[in-house]
Amino acid sequence: MKWMIQATEIERLVTAAMPGARARARDLTGTLDHYELLVVSAEFSAKSLVERHRLVYAALAEPLKGPLHALTLKTLTPEEATKQGV
Amino acid sequence: MSVQDEIKQLIEGNKVVIFMKGTPQMPMCGFSAATVEVLKALGVPFQAVNVLTRPEIREGIKQFSSWPTIPQVFIGGKFIGGCDIVREMHASGELAKLVG
Repeated sequence: MKWMIQATEIERLVTAAMPGARARARDLTGTLDHYELLVVSAEFSAKSLVERHRLVYAALAEPLKGPLHALTLKTLTPEEATKQGV
Repeated sequence: MSVQDEIKQLIEGNKVVIFMKGTPQMPMCGFSAATVEVLKALGVPFQAVNVLTRPEIREGIKQFSSWPTIPQVFIGGKFIGGCDIVREMHASGELAKLVG
C-alpha cells in the first residue's frame, strides 16, 4: 500500500493545508496512483494558474514524491465553480 | 557547466521550450503527449528536452522552477506551467498571445 494513495487521503491533505477548500479526487486508472483533482477555494482569487497549482502541490508534496504518480489538476474559486456548475 | 546553467541556457536561448518524457515524435507519457500536441497546434517552433535520457535535468528542472511534475513549458524564458495549465491557456487563447 506504500505505493498507493486513497482519494480520501488526497482530499484530506488538501483541505488540511487549505482551510475552507473543497477537494474532490477521482482515481483515473483504478490503480490508486493516477488522479484527477478538483480544488475549489477562495484562496485562489486573484492568483495565476501557476500560483494556484503551487498551493495544491505544496499540500501534496509528500505523496508527489512517491505514491502519487500523476495528477490532473483543476483549481477554481467558489465563483468560478458556480459558473461552471461544479 | 552545471545543470542549472544548462537549463538556464536552454530556456533563454529558445522562445518555447518543453521539458518532457520522451520526444515529440514518441512521447513516453500521456501528459507529455498532450502538452506537445498543444505546442504543435500553436504552430510555433519549440525546443524539446527529453528528461528520460537526462536524469540530471529531470531532477534539475524541478528545482529550477520549484515545480514537482513533468512536462514543463517555458515561453520567453518564463515558466508557464504543466499540462493542465498549458491546455487551459490554449483553450482561452492566452497561449497564442504569448507566442505571437
